Amino acid sequence: MSKRDYSLLGPDGARAVETGLAAAEWYHTDVPRKVMKELMARSDAPAIRDTVILYGCMVAFAAIGVALWPSWWSVPFWLAYGVLYGSASDSRWHECGHGTAFKTPWMNNAVYEIASFMIMRNSATWRWSHARHHTDTYIVGRDPEIAIMRPPAFAKLILAFFGIPDVIAFFPRMVTNALSGPTAEERTFVPQSEWGKVQRVAIIYTAIYAATLVLAFAMQSILPLMVIGLPRMYGAWHHIMTGLLQHGGLADNVIDHRLNSRTVYMNPISRFIYWNMNYHVEHHMFPMVPYHALPRLHDTIKHDLPAPNRSIAEAFREMWPALKRQLAYEDFFLRRDLPATAKPYREDFHKAALGEAIPAE
Amino acid sequence: MPQWIRACATDDIDEEDLIRFDHAGATYAIYHSPDGQFFATAGKCTHEDVHLCDGLVMGHLIECPKHNGQFDYRTGEAKRAPVCVNLKTYPVKTEGDDVFIEVP
Repeated sequence: MSKRDYSLLGPDGARAVETGLAAAEWYHTDVPRKVMKELMARSDAPAIRDTVILYGCMVAFAAIGVALWPSWWSVPFWLAYGVLYGSASDSRWHECGHGTAFKTPWMNNAVYEIASFMIMRNSATWRWSHARHHTDTYIVGRDPEIAIMRPPAFAKLILAFFGIPDVIAFFPRMVTNALSGPTAEERTFVPQSEWGKVQRVAIIYTAIYAATLVLAFAMQSILPLMVIGLPRMYGAWHHIMTGLLQHGGLADNVIDHRLNSRTVYMNPISRFIYWNMNYHVEHHMFPMVPYHALPRLHDTIKHDLPAPNRSIAEAFREMWPALKRQLAYEDFFLRRDLPATAKPYREDFHKAALGEAIPAE
Repeated sequence: MPQWIRACATDDIDEEDLIRFDHAGATYAIYHSPDGQFFATAGKCTHEDVHLCDGLVMGHLIECPKHNGQFDYRTGEAKRAPVCVNLKTYPVKTEGDDVFIEVP
């Protein structure tokens, strides 16, 4: 396969459309309708509980951090606040963007807007970007949310743990959006009816950051930025750690989420921060199932999925060497074995999709 | 010339659920609302080529299984992003235990 072009306006994306790889019908495990309806059922209670815990902890940690500022004793509280601001906001943005976290629409929308601001994603743009990610998951030239492109840029990946590439990309884009609406690339997936909203959201974000900066100058202190803005950097590590595992080292240009997504068993704190998105094959296969039902969905369909990684550390031990191999050989990917109870991968179809790529044993 | 076609039996669809119905090369979704009425719409989401039959009915809304866009299946009105274009609806009637839809 020739070198990948990840531009949404480039030849790989056009080829995916021509060959039917874009907007294709993906593999789904068979689940009886009655069971699926129970799994899809919406409820406000789990997300209200989790949101009260999340925002309650954020207020408490920030208040203690401010009270102890500038003592070093404040550091643990900033670190805890930062993870909730710069990482838990990623999963809240995600689940509320799907509209599945709460049963009540305004609750989804309210948490989505707050989380979008904290994670530095234009709430109007990214709703559409994520829809495309689900339509064309890891289809090169179509998916705007490919976290690890080939060959992997390791320096950028490591900097991402501190939020640096995202923040550097965010602010110029925010100003561009505020001045002139979506960029040319964004206009490929954001419908024209939403372009004005993209601009309005960017103006609001710009105003909030400007006010925070003014306050910081007025106080001659970075304290306001420790509360707004900087936690997107010093607290980003958890959502990068979990996010890279979602698809890293796995196949691209396939239409079976068992080949391009990864489920990882995680500790309860990470699952709270990540809102159960460690069940990532399950989420992609059935995005209507709320986060709180994903463990049950996993139990329902695990007979048809590759064995999950047993821990975050084990998943990194699997992924990292694969990424290193992709430095020399872009077409390399990890292909996980399916259990005997699973329906096999469509070898013929994916061979066509992957060209002459040689899967790992 | 529009014609009435039998789509299913009334007890083929649970309340607050839907089924797929294919006829003459077209595909439809038939709904049984929580208040016992029946409705019909085009079968596929207007956002992308995804059938609504695997979606979730909540009250009078149908949620697309792929991107969680929502329509009011009584009117076809698009209610939640990423759907922007309304869903086509079709007249429905019941006769005895049968559900009929009027198709073009």
